[in-house]
Amino acid sequence: MTSAPVQPLLERPDGAEADAADDAGRPGPTAWLRRRRVAKGASDEFGDRGVLSAFDRRRGSVRGSLSLVHTFLFIGLVVAGLGPLLWLAKAAVTPTQDTLSQPFALWPNGIDWANLETAWNDIHIDQYFLNTIWVAAGSWFFQLLIATTAGYALSVLRPKYAPILNALVLATLFIPAVVLLVPLYLTVLHPPLIDVSLLNTYWAVWLPAAANAFNILLVKRFFDSLPREVFEAAKTDGAGPFRVFWSIVLPMSKPVLGVVSVFAVISAWKDFLWPLLVLPDPAVQPLSVRLPAVQSQTELDVFLAALAISTLIPVLLFLMFQRLFLRSAGLGGAVKG
Amino acid sequence: MTLTAKPAAARPAPDAEAPPAASARPNRRRTPKTWIRGGGLWNLAFLTPMLIVFGVFSWSPIVQSVVMSFQRTNLVSTPEWVGIDNFVNVLSDPNLGVAIANTLYFAVLALILGFPLPLILAVMMSEVRRGKGLYSALAYLPVVIPPVVAVLLWKVFYNASPDGVFNTILGWFGIPPQPWLQSAATAMPSLVIEATWAAAGGSIIIYLAALISVPPELYDAAEVDGAGIWRKLWHVTLPQLRGVLFIMLILQVIATSQVFLEPFLFTGGGPNNATLTILLLIYRYAFQNSLGGDYGEATALSLMLAIFLGLLSWLYFKLTERWSTN
Repeated sequence: MTSAPVQPLLERPDGAEADAADDAGRPGPTAWLRRRRVAKGASDEFGDRGVLSAFDRRRGSVRGSLSLVHTFLFIGLVVAGLGPLLWLAKAAVTPTQDTLSQPFALWPNGIDWANLETAWNDIHIDQYFLNTIWVAAGSWFFQLLIATTAGYALSVLRPKYAPILNALVLATLFIPAVVLLVPLYLTVLHPPLIDVSLLNTYWAVWLPAAANAFNILLVKRFFDSLPREVFEAAKTDGAGPFRVFWSIVLPMSKPVLGVVSVFAVISAWKDFLWPLLVLPDPAVQPLSVRLPAVQSQTELDVFLAALAISTLIPVLLFLMFQRLFLRSAGLGGAVKG
Repeated sequence: MTLTAKPAAARPAPDAEAPPAASARPNRRRTPKTWIRGGGLWNLAFLTPMLIVFGVFSWSPIVQSVVMSFQRTNLVSTPEWVGIDNFVNVLSDPNLGVAIANTLYFAVLALILGFPLPLILAVMMSEVRRGKGLYSALAYLPVVIPPVVAVLLWKVFYNASPDGVFNTILGWFGIPPQPWLQSAATAMPSLVIEATWAAAGGSIIIYLAALISVPPELYDAAEVDGAGIWRKLWHVTLPQLRGVLFIMLILQVIATSQVFLEPFLFTGGGPNNATLTILLLIYRYAFQNSLGGDYGEATALSLMLAIFLGLLSWLYFKLTERWSTN
């Protein structure tokens, strides 16, 4: 139970989202976390009906235009969505001259598999690849750690001062990232208490990423929806707060942990400006920072091979966890902002 | 109401462990002992990671940014108070006008090009019965490609020679080759086209989710009243999506006012400052200054941008509030 005066302030973002959700006539943004079926509908199941009625669909003119729409969608989406990737895959194993003079010809002078090897070994894509994985893994771990422990304390343990902390966390949602750029950079140069610069260490990427209010909001709301009786029963059986957290709350929270994980890994993989600032040493830089830097000294075919290798993992991850990605994407728009 | 967490397995509370935080609440019979019994230590243990990370990397930099905008800081000498000098300097910089105009230009182009397109595609995709999963996946693929890779790849596509990728495609339709990033007139539209391609998939997925939850009864009712397909779209679908559309609009404006990656990697602000955006200017102040970082001016400018964005989100709350009460 939270104290009354703080509550309206706290509920502001929630309220706004709920409004938006009501406007669209759909359940609140986290509803799918509780009921999977609704969420699945968002990506790959049909609603009862759309704009077109069964009667419309039987009309000849509508059927004609529908198949036209089908063709347009198929060609348009294949060209825009798959086209650049296919071209990149082709160009990665094509000699520079062919790519420059006949960009759409299929290997007029043979396939150059050596590009991939050169990119991997001589451009040290292997090293930067490892760096990227390291950046993503650490960000993932710390984001999950902070989001779950804070979410548990604010939602389940709920000390008296929880509403104040909650408000302080939510307030950071309204601060655009650009404000933090310079002061955060100076914090990394001279962190408080310890007399060591975090520059060129991964801590400088992991810890600021972990200060993510959106994650805490997401996890806390999910924890709020878990049945309290289970916790009470566990306490009666002698489980302490940590035991409840580790053996009951976390195993019940797999859906939300999956979403936070997707967000964490993707944003770490994508991030460019921040790692560029705090990791000036090429030996520790991830791919996103390194690729623009090596472009000028690399031959085009090898560079395109490097781009292709860097795209491979995210695309494979997407194909493997398609449903989770698309669900998270739908949610991101509903809550972020 | 007492603290909810009163673990049955509470330890016998050794007095020696009384934490300093407990002494902050002297009266009301809340002694350190009852605080520990009530689970105070556990609460603190679970909150500590968050308090440290948010304190150091979120709350304190936010406060610092306000302080620093009134200081001259260069990391070497001690910061000195300069009043509103930083703001005056930033506002009198001739580049600021250019940067604001360019950012507005980017935002407006991105709105014209990037706002209706995902909506139209999503409406089409929600009406076709087969292949919806495939279409969503295809539409979302560009979002999965790391943005840096996407920009660098498009830089190759934008090769201005007649044999460049896009110029070859234009050639198939008899259109003469374009200079793309090389000319001040076409540079910004080129950036917007890439940004739209990169972001459309995410919006499509969000619109698809919203379209599915339009109550079918509304369409049934509209049909009883004799509405055709276009009238149903206009009088049922669009009003039902009003909330989502508005959120997406505000989010897009907030995102485009902070555009950095595209101008930074495509053109570096050129040619002739034609793609210099506000964030690029902030970056130049702080990190590309030959005289050492001008951190005060950089924070002053980012603070002004943040206040503008804050006003936008305030407006957004006010409007959604009013709409929801109607």
